Amino acid sequence: MSALPSYVGPLERAWYYGFRILCGLIFIFLIAPILIIVPLSFNAQPYFTFTPEMLALNPEAFSMRWYLDVLANGMADPNAPFSAAWLADSWNNGQWIHSMKNSFLIAVSATVIATTLGTLAALGLSRPEMPYGDWIMGLLISPMIVPLIISAAGMYFFYSYIGLASTYLGIILGHAALGTPFVIITVTATLAGFDHSLTRAAANLGAKPSTTFFRIIMPLTLPGVISGALFAFITSFDEVVLVIFLSSFEQRTIPRQMWSGIREQISPTILAVATILVIMSILLLTAVELLRRRSERLRGISPS
Amino acid sequence: MAIAENINKSNGGDDVMRTADGTPLKLSLQRAQRRQKQRTFFLVVPLLVFILFSFVFPILNMLTRSVEDPQVVSYMPNTLKALEDWDGESLPGEPVFEAMAQDFKIGRENKTIGRVGKRLNYEESGMRGLFNKTGRRIDKIETGPWKQAFLDIDKKWANVKTFTIIQRHDSAYSASYYIAALDLKQNEQNEIVRQDEERRIYVSLFLRTFGVSFLIAVLTLLLGFPIAYLMANLPLRYSNLLMILVLLPFWTSLLVRTTSWIVLLQSQGVINDVLVAMGLIDDENRVQMIFNMTGTIVAMTHILLPFMVLPLYSVMRTIPPSYMRAARSLGANQFVAFVRIYLPQTVPGISAGAILVFILAIGYYITPALVGGETGQLISNIIAYHMQRSLNWGLAGALGSILLLSVLVLFGLYSRFLGLRGLKFG
Repeated sequence: MSALPSYVGPLERAWYYGFRILCGLIFIFLIAPILIIVPLSFNAQPYFTFTPEMLALNPEAFSMRWYLDVLANGMADPNAPFSAAWLADSWNNGQWIHSMKNSFLIAVSATVIATTLGTLAALGLSRPEMPYGDWIMGLLISPMIVPLIISAAGMYFFYSYIGLASTYLGIILGHAALGTPFVIITVTATLAGFDHSLTRAAANLGAKPSTTFFRIIMPLTLPGVISGALFAFITSFDEVVLVIFLSSFEQRTIPRQMWSGIREQISPTILAVATILVIMSILLLTAVELLRRRSERLRGISPS
Repeated sequence: MAIAENINKSNGGDDVMRTADGTPLKLSLQRAQRRQKQRTFFLVVPLLVFILFSFVFPILNMLTRSVEDPQVVSYMPNTLKALEDWDGESLPGEPVFEAMAQDFKIGRENKTIGRVGKRLNYEESGMRGLFNKTGRRIDKIETGPWKQAFLDIDKKWANVKTFTIIQRHDSAYSASYYIAALDLKQNEQNEIVRQDEERRIYVSLFLRTFGVSFLIAVLTLLLGFPIAYLMANLPLRYSNLLMILVLLPFWTSLLVRTTSWIVLLQSQGVINDVLVAMGLIDDENRVQMIFNMTGTIVAMTHILLPFMVLPLYSVMRTIPPSYMRAARSLGANQFVAFVRIYLPQTVPGISAGAILVFILAIGYYITPALVGGETGQLISNIIAYHMQRSLNWGLAGALGSILLLSVLVLFGLYSRFLGLRGLKFG
């Protein structure tokens, strides 16, 4: 596939290049919609398309105004001169800033719960002596499979009944439940490749079980646990259906704010927020990729 | 010598193997294994409890709403009792109306009679108005004859059907929400018949949801297969780079991706502008590509494509290239070798990806709600509508449980044929 031998006929040659062009187009379909919003978020005009000036690369057609709006939206006095007081006003009153704080608070708490419980369960599930392993695995993975609208509706009734609706705790518990399948899957996948002769070797060399756990098992499984945690984090950070049903205005997250922005008055501010989120996902993706490589290196699997 | 004596003693004459303290070896091993099992199980218990409490129980609780039907039983007990002797064909007599007056007066006092009206309104429109009006008026009347009083308030009380509907709800549990969710209804003779033509919505919406999800699974397969094949056959150095192009959308917020499709596809959007600039379409006749079914399908195909590529790629990576070479050297041309040798080996990947995409697609809510307009709505959207707008929670529960059942059946197939332990991301 990688190199074309000299003896192939014109038909095969055409197929070889045609196939690569087709794949190129599919990759463009995948990535272009995400990249297109980055330049558009610097539009000086309140439009969602490239103005002729932008295409001419006229510097005046570009501006940071929508990014400023992300900070300023909801402020008590957005027209005040830029100063520490302006920033403080934005930090305390800005709508997007408020949703950002909520998003991080909820996502971090949900991730801590999901990772702790999920890792423990994965340790149990990956042992062969686990009773009813497949059934329990199916049950624990189901939050990933059950349509979000059903989970959201169920939690809405039940959490209202026990007084958790419109509270941070309710959303955190819901998001933790949605995040655990990702932790279980990544950690069991890491443990599946775990060489158990290492623990026996450690015991043989005189290590106590606790020493074995902290010195052998943990360093080898930690990359899997962290990437599971990152999955749980992004699941919560990106989740909006549960938030629509369970939150009041106070608990609005970024996706919730975008949802009403798109439905009510779509403005290029959304594109600025979207660009920030794209940069965040690039950072997360890089982190997961580095972890995966590190885990492979530790276990002696070298990429060719 | 001492050891041998010991063994002999503890054997007690039979030839069962025993441990040092005299318990049979078999029993001791069983005990050790049970302890091990329990210890393993305890690792899972915290999460199991958490998921049962925060996830499974709320859903079961919602599903029971779809069969609960308590309003008439709790708030019109006297009427139901009086209707026991009713023949079901002629208008009931004075005792029934007297019992009903009693129920209405109590219900008016406790403000519960409106709930009965609201519940019965799902069965027959106009019932809510009838109950509210009757409740208001009957409160002012002190003495009978009650039958005449009811008939004076509204002539719907002369209609036998009204009483058929009330009597039908003589149990606190009923299948009536499921009957409604399947576009059926009960007629005056309590037979289940199909809903009137113009009121059949849910079955066709379910079929549309399944159809669209199937189409999206096919589209993601058509788009995902070539790139998975390309990546699987490139050296890891290059394929890892290309993998980033697949994983970046996977990690990007769903709302970001939906927003970008709005930006691209709307009538003043980028694609229409490009088409106008190229002279392919008039400025007046811009193509409507979003806020309809097209928008839903395009955006969902894009969003779900990584879920197809990842399982396909991980299966294709494991197929040895020597098989294809062997087929070629045995005389098969490229096409035959691909269809007969390569394709069958990718089937686990195809089915894993297709089932995953299909399961995710039939439950989609956000994307159809934002880009679907009126024609691009799926079943989740109507469930949300009944949850938030019409507040018909029983019907939302019934529709939800049908959706849940179909998802669980597919999930069962998935784990049966492909196994849950092979599930992986990234």
